[in-house]
Amino acid sequence: MAMTMAEKILARASEARSLAAGEYVTATADRIMAHEAFGACARTLLQLGITRLFDPDRVVVILDHYFPAPTPAAAGIHRVVRQLAERFGIRHFLSHAGICHQVLSEWGYILPGHLVLGTDSHSTTYGAFGAGGTGIGLTEMSYVLATGELWMQVPPTIRFELVGEQSVGLMSKDIVLHIAGAFGTEVAQYRAIEFAGPVADRMSIASRMTMSNMGVELGAKFAFFVADEQTLAYLRERTDERLALFGPDPDATYAGVHEVDVNDLEPQVACPHNPGDVKPVSQVGDVGVDQAFLGSCTNGRLEDLAVAAQILKGRKVHPGTRFLITPASQQVYLEATAAGYIEVLLEAGAHITPAACGACPGAHMGVLGTGEVCISSTNRNFRGRMGSPEADIYLGSPATVAAAAVAGRIVDPREFWTETTLS
Amino acid sequence: MENIIRGRVWKFGHNVDTDVMAPWSSLGQPWEERRKLVFHIRPEFVEQVRSGDIIVAGRNWGCGSSREHAPENLKRLGIAVVVAESFGRIYFRNSVAMAFPNIVCPGVHDAFDEGDEMELDLATAQVRNLTRGVELQGHPYASEMLSILEKGGLLNVLRERLAGQSEK
Repeated sequence: MAMTMAEKILARASEARSLAAGEYVTATADRIMAHEAFGACARTLLQLGITRLFDPDRVVVILDHYFPAPTPAAAGIHRVVRQLAERFGIRHFLSHAGICHQVLSEWGYILPGHLVLGTDSHSTTYGAFGAGGTGIGLTEMSYVLATGELWMQVPPTIRFELVGEQSVGLMSKDIVLHIAGAFGTEVAQYRAIEFAGPVADRMSIASRMTMSNMGVELGAKFAFFVADEQTLAYLRERTDERLALFGPDPDATYAGVHEVDVNDLEPQVACPHNPGDVKPVSQVGDVGVDQAFLGSCTNGRLEDLAVAAQILKGRKVHPGTRFLITPASQQVYLEATAAGYIEVLLEAGAHITPAACGACPGAHMGVLGTGEVCISSTNRNFRGRMGSPEADIYLGSPATVAAAAVAGRIVDPREFWTETTLS
Repeated sequence: MENIIRGRVWKFGHNVDTDVMAPWSSLGQPWEERRKLVFHIRPEFVEQVRSGDIIVAGRNWGCGSSREHAPENLKRLGIAVVVAESFGRIYFRNSVAMAFPNIVCPGVHDAFDEGDEMELDLATAQVRNLTRGVELQGHPYASEMLSILEKGGLLNVLRERLAGQSEK
């Protein structure tokens, strides 16, 4: 029977020959990711008398949500995680290498066709590599760490065929925000997404990661791109595992197919307080910003910092605005430094923080106060997400964030980003 | 687990997210501190909610994060069940794992006003508005999820599994 990517992954993970949407399975995870949550999960297991994990080598543990520790309590949790990771024999303990999804990807831990369960909703990011990544909570993670298994329902899949030409100044973030606005944040509720079409095929790995990351904001369980030659080339530099192209069967069954034409698409902005409240940047109105934040697992990668550096080159951050940049990983930070982007950004007046989740969930390094306005390259503008419930968060592409940092207000980034600036 | 739930309704709108149910600043706090921070969109709800009350909500209740403090906080506040048009799927799974019931029921948002009395049969997902005399049919839990709920959550399933292994 012809299968979607979700059906193939769950069939393999549950040792079924074939599966169809709606069926329930017990699936075994190929890769298990836990951030600071590992501490609570491991404690739960010890309380149950469990001293050995199903397979410690499938598990990657990382400290990213509040690194470096902003409070003594946070430092205490980090200490416990370190101790318990050692006690349970976790070899892949990545300490503070950056944000989980970026680090697992750039270290070659995510392979096409694999099922990846993580204690973070943005585990859908792994779909950019043709992996079935999805987020779970502490209780389910405790169960998975002990048994390797989890019940899952096979989701129906919807396809977005991305067609047209992506013009200069338009980033993959704009496309996925456009989808959230046009189709709603429940278009993929209880479903999987496959992003396809010529625009998806041409997109960089980093840009694909942005769209898969935002899949969860569309309700999705998984948010895939096909693993193509570009994917394999990326992974070959990072792993010795055997790699193969991975995609859906040509005649797989879809719950819906939507064409998204990116021709003439304007940069998009999600307005407070929902990622689905999306407008073209020209219709957002006159919005001054106290903070511009560039970072997160959504948009803190090298190409995002490159765009910001292009826009800030020879310009200054607006005096009424603070521009905070949090690279998604130490590796990204290093590469951005080597490429000269960090120097350009510092000269322009931006502030660079250590690589971590930071301001995105309101942990630290850029928390918003009452009455403040932030334009952010992150994934969620929920009320209170980045600090005070009385702050307004707008979501945009790295280009839109960088342009706002210069202008002090939300503007069309194409004012600062033209064909010539990028050449 | 009680199959028949009866209680007073609190009504919420669409897209109430996990960050509202469990703001970052509340995570890791003792309950008395946490209680002051959760559901900042409706302070009177936290002040006046009683054990056994029911939440009726619109679409996408619990969208957002995988933090299971969201259903945990609702449990702590004494909410017996949430009945909504639809749910964020991670929140929904986390609730099953923690044995906190949530029922999908199309039309429920318009069928209830705040303060109405609801009676709900968890096994059949039949929803009654006792105040208005209206009956709605929700989506019953699949047997796979119902069995986890009936056992009191996924950790009890794990305990059973361990006991089974040690007997072998």
